[in-house]
Amino acid sequence: MSEHIMSSKLYYGIWIALMILTVVTATVATVDLGPFNTIVALVIATSKALLVILFFMHVKYSSEKLTKMVIVASVFWLLILLFLSLADYSTRAIGHG
Amino acid sequence: MWLFLGTEIMFFGGMFCAYLIYRINYFNEFAAGSRSLNLKWGTINTIVLICSSLTVALGVRAAQMGRRKLLVVLLILTIIFGLAFLGIKGIEWYDKYQEHHIPGASFNAADLVRDYPQIHIDQSHEQIYFSLYFAMTGLHALHMIIGVGLFSYLTFYAWKGRYTPAYYTPIEIGGLYWHFVDIVWIYLFPLLYLIDRKPLG
Repeated sequence: MSEHIMSSKLYYGIWIALMILTVVTATVATVDLGPFNTIVALVIATSKALLVILFFMHVKYSSEKLTKMVIVASVFWLLILLFLSLADYSTRAIGHG
Repeated sequence: MWLFLGTEIMFFGGMFCAYLIYRINYFNEFAAGSRSLNLKWGTINTIVLICSSLTVALGVRAAQMGRRKLLVVLLILTIIFGLAFLGIKGIEWYDKYQEHHIPGASFNAADLVRDYPQIHIDQSHEQIYFSLYFAMTGLHALHMIIGVGLFSYLTFYAWKGRYTPAYYTPIEIGGLYWHFVDIVWIYLFPLLYLIDRKPLG
């Protein structure tokens, strides 16, 4: 539980940053960057998620190590799911034969 | 609460995994389906959710400072943003219904084949995109409906003065849930709407 009370200015700052990133991601998507379109979209989405987690969800000011561990472990599980499934499917020939 | 959110990541993660595999295999159909979504409504909905996350964060702060009326106002604003999101989602789904883009017996993507002659589109693969679109946005919308219910409960007891600077855990936990649902949308928006928006050559 976070006892730290953040200033409302910081919340508004994060909010403005999230709005700008939303407009940027929607605009950049209409420009041809080749394979980088997807990468840019995912980098922006991850930056937005990080802003929400660190500030809106108070993780940056939380002294609770367990919270951070649960978050890192959850994301790690998700990556295991995605990468091992992908490793399996990308070495088969579905959709091609 | 964080452990619950961990299980939620895996709940949505299964769908993101299915999405990833089919997107790689049927990229053309995913790109065409993504183009057919309404970018304007998608962007507005993203902004609506970000605003709702701001009111939640400010609401937790109001609870920490014991400002009851401000807390109630911010919780109600959050509910309004949540309902606005669901309303816009409803409009988008209705458009898809009219375009016969809902997977099933009356599914028809002939309009996509006609509109994007540069892209080879297989209708049955196109259905996979729209199945995932409806499953993912549907599960997200279900979470939004639960969130609106949760926040109605919190508003009621906040109005009664149950939450004080010494006890505001329900507000904090409700807020974590709301932010999580926002984060899911932060990923759904580029993955569903922005797959391939660049001008067709």
